[in-house]
Amino acid sequence: MCGIGGFVGPGPGPETAASLLERMADALRHRGPDEGGVVAGVGYGLCHRRLSVIDIAEGQQPMEAAGEAGLTISYNGEIFNYVELRQLLIERGHHFRTASDTEVVLELYRAFGADCVTRLNGDFAFALWDGRERRMLLARDRVGVRPLFHMRQGATVYFASEVAALLQVPGFHAELDPVALDQIFTFWAPLSPRTAFRNVSELPPGHLMLIEAGKVEIRPYWQLRFPEDPRDGERRAAADIAEELSSLLTDATRIRLRADVEVGSYLSGGVDSSIVSSLAARLAPGRLRTYSVTFDDPAYDESGPQEAMAAALGTRHRSVRCGAAEIAPLFSTVVRHAEQPILRTAPAPLYRLAGLVREDGIKVVLSGEGADEVFAGYDLFKEAAIRRFAARQPTSRLRPLLFRRLYPYLAGLSRQTPEALAAFFGTQLDRESDPLFSHRPRMRSTGGAKLFFSAELKDMLAGSDAGAALVAQLPEAFGRWHPLHQAQYIEATTLLPGYILSSQGDRMAMAHGVETRFPFLDHRVIEFAARIPPALKLRGLREKHILREAFAPALPPSIVGRTKQPYRAPESRSFAGHERVAEIDNAMSGAAIRNAGLFDAQKTARLADKARRSGLDSFRDNAAYVGILSTQLWSRHFAGVEAGRPERTDHSSPRSLAS
Amino acid sequence: MTDTTSRIRAFIVENFLFGDDGALVDDQASLIDADLVNSTGILELVSFIEAEFGLSIADPEIVPENLDSVARLAAFVERKVAATAAADA
Repeated sequence: MCGIGGFVGPGPGPETAASLLERMADALRHRGPDEGGVVAGVGYGLCHRRLSVIDIAEGQQPMEAAGEAGLTISYNGEIFNYVELRQLLIERGHHFRTASDTEVVLELYRAFGADCVTRLNGDFAFALWDGRERRMLLARDRVGVRPLFHMRQGATVYFASEVAALLQVPGFHAELDPVALDQIFTFWAPLSPRTAFRNVSELPPGHLMLIEAGKVEIRPYWQLRFPEDPRDGERRAAADIAEELSSLLTDATRIRLRADVEVGSYLSGGVDSSIVSSLAARLAPGRLRTYSVTFDDPAYDESGPQEAMAAALGTRHRSVRCGAAEIAPLFSTVVRHAEQPILRTAPAPLYRLAGLVREDGIKVVLSGEGADEVFAGYDLFKEAAIRRFAARQPTSRLRPLLFRRLYPYLAGLSRQTPEALAAFFGTQLDRESDPLFSHRPRMRSTGGAKLFFSAELKDMLAGSDAGAALVAQLPEAFGRWHPLHQAQYIEATTLLPGYILSSQGDRMAMAHGVETRFPFLDHRVIEFAARIPPALKLRGLREKHILREAFAPALPPSIVGRTKQPYRAPESRSFAGHERVAEIDNAMSGAAIRNAGLFDAQKTARLADKARRSGLDSFRDNAAYVGILSTQLWSRHFAGVEAGRPERTDHSSPRSLAS
Repeated sequence: MTDTTSRIRAFIVENFLFGDDGALVDDQASLIDADLVNSTGILELVSFIEAEFGLSIADPEIVPENLDSVARLAAFVERKVAATAAADA
C-alpha cells in the first residue's frame, strides 16, 4: 500500500520536474513510510511512496518493465490474484525479475493493453506510462477502495493518491467547491467525480483514464448491475446459494491474506467482521491478531460481543477506548487526512484504531466493511421497505408501528403514535416511483442542516439540486431493478466510496500507514450477491439473511442472531463538553465563521450554545454541528482561511469559496 | 397573534430554527414536511409544552393532528388548558 503521483504533459519544466515529484511524494509520506522514488522523462513524471507488503526486497517503485518495453508504473494497492495472473503470464512466455504484484500489472499491460484491468482482482490505483505510445494510463479499483485524484494546469494533467500532493503543484490554490459542500450536506459525500476541491476531480471507481497527445479519455471498465428480470437472478435453492456464498467469501478472504507481512483483522462485534475474522483465524498462519474500538458510553459500546468473539476464535485481541474526550483533540488531524468536510465524528475512532494496529507493527488488516451494502444490512433498506409497505395501506395503524421495531435504540420513537411515526417517515410524502425513494428521509434529515448555510452560499447554490444531480447519474436500467436493488445501488455508489471507504476507511488507516482489505468487496462476491433474490437478502426485517444462513454453523449463535448495531461515536458532545480544545473553539468562533463566509454566524452561535447548554439530540443538529466544524477546519487547512485574520468588510464572495 | 401562539412560535424559532423566524411564515404549515421537526424534535416540543403550560401530555395525544403546525399546537394547548381549568373548577 502506498501513495502515487505524477503528471503528463509539459509539466513544470525539466529542471523542476524532479523536485516537484519529490515534494509530491513527500506529501504522501504517511501512506508509504518505507521508501520513495521518482522518475521524470520528457512529457511525464511519476513518483511513489512505498509501504512494503509483498516482495519487500525487490518491489521498489516507480518500476520499469524488463527489456525494452518502455513501460513504467507507479502503483498503490494490492492485486490479490497476482499469483494466478503471474502463472498465466509465465505460460504465455513472460519473464519476471521480481516476485512483486507490481511487475504482474506491468506484464499484464504488455500482454493485454489497458483492458488488462478487467483481469485484476484487487484494490488499486495506478499510473502506467507507456513510452512507445507516449500514453499514460490511470486506473482505479472497481468499488473505490484506493483514491486517485487528477487536475489540469494548462496543458498538463497532474494526478495523485491524495490532494495533499496536488497542493505542491505551482500555481494551484485550493478552493472549496460550493456544489460539493451542498452534496456533502445531502449525501455525506460529493458525487463522484466531484471533490471538495474546486478544479480537482477523482477518477471514479471502476474507471480508467487514458491521456495521450493532450487528449483525455475516461471510461468505465466495470459497473455494478442487478437483474432486470428475476429469472436472470439466482434461482437455485437457498441452501445451494448459501453454500456457494460461503466458498466464495472463503476464497476472497484467503487471497486477501497474501502478504509477506503479518495480516490482522478488525473485530467490531457485529456479524460481518466476525465472519471475516473467523475465516482469517482458520486460514492465517499463526495466531490471528484482532483489534477493536470500545466506547465509554454503553449506547455505542460493543466490547461485550467483541470479547466474546475474540475468545471464541482464540485471537490475540487488543482494543482502543474512544470517548468524547478523545475525539476533540484528534478531529482537526482527522479532517486534514479526510480532505473533505464530514458530518459525523465516526472517522476519529477509526483513526485511533489504525494507530493501535500500527503500534503492534501490523501493516495490513482485514475488515468486514462492505457487507451492509452488498447484502442489504443497513436500516435504510428496512426503513424503505416499511415505508413502501405502510404507504400502500394509508389507513393502517399497525403498519407504522414497524418503525419502532426498526430503531429500538432510538428512545424517542417508543412513545410515538402510529400517526406520528407515519408522518416522520414520510409514508405519504414520497412517490414510490421516485428513483431516490429509499434515500429521501436521510436526504431530508441531513439536508435540514443547510439551515445554517450563509445567505451568500445559498445565493451561489441557487438552481443547484443535489438530488437531481444523482438521478442524472443513474444507469438507464435502474428503473427496472427491484426497489431493494435500487437502494443498494445508490448506497454502494455514493456513501460507500465517498465516505465509508475514504473518510472512514483508506484515509484514516493510511494516516498510520495501515492497509485495509475488504473480503466482502471482492467483485466476485459483489456480482454473485447482486444476483441473489432480494427476499433472501432482506427477509422480513431480518437483514443479511442469506449471509447469516451461510455462516451460522461457523459462528456462536449470539453473534449470528445479533441485529445490526450502527457504528456510531459521540457527535457534538465531543466538542461541547468541559474539555475544550482551542483549535476547535477558534474554528467555531464568530470571527472564523464570518471570515470563511460559508455559514450563518448568528445561527451557528445559537447552535453551539444549545450544544453546551442542553446537548444536541436530533440527527440534524448533530450533523450541522460536526459539518460546520469540519468545513471550518477544512477551510483553515486547505484554503488558508484563518480565524485570526481581520474580518472581511467588502461584500465579495466568501474567501474560501470558488466564485 | 395570541399569547399561546407567540410563545410556541418563539420556542420553535429558537430551538429548531436557531433564530431564523423568516423560515416560519405560515402558522398552518406542517413542521414535519418542512423538516423543522423530526422524531427527536417532537419530544422536545412535548417537553416544552408540558413545562411551559403546566400540562401533561399522554402518548396517544402525540399525533400530527395535535402537534404538526403552530396553529394545531396552539389549538391543542388551548383545549388542554380549558379542559384542565374545567376539571379544577
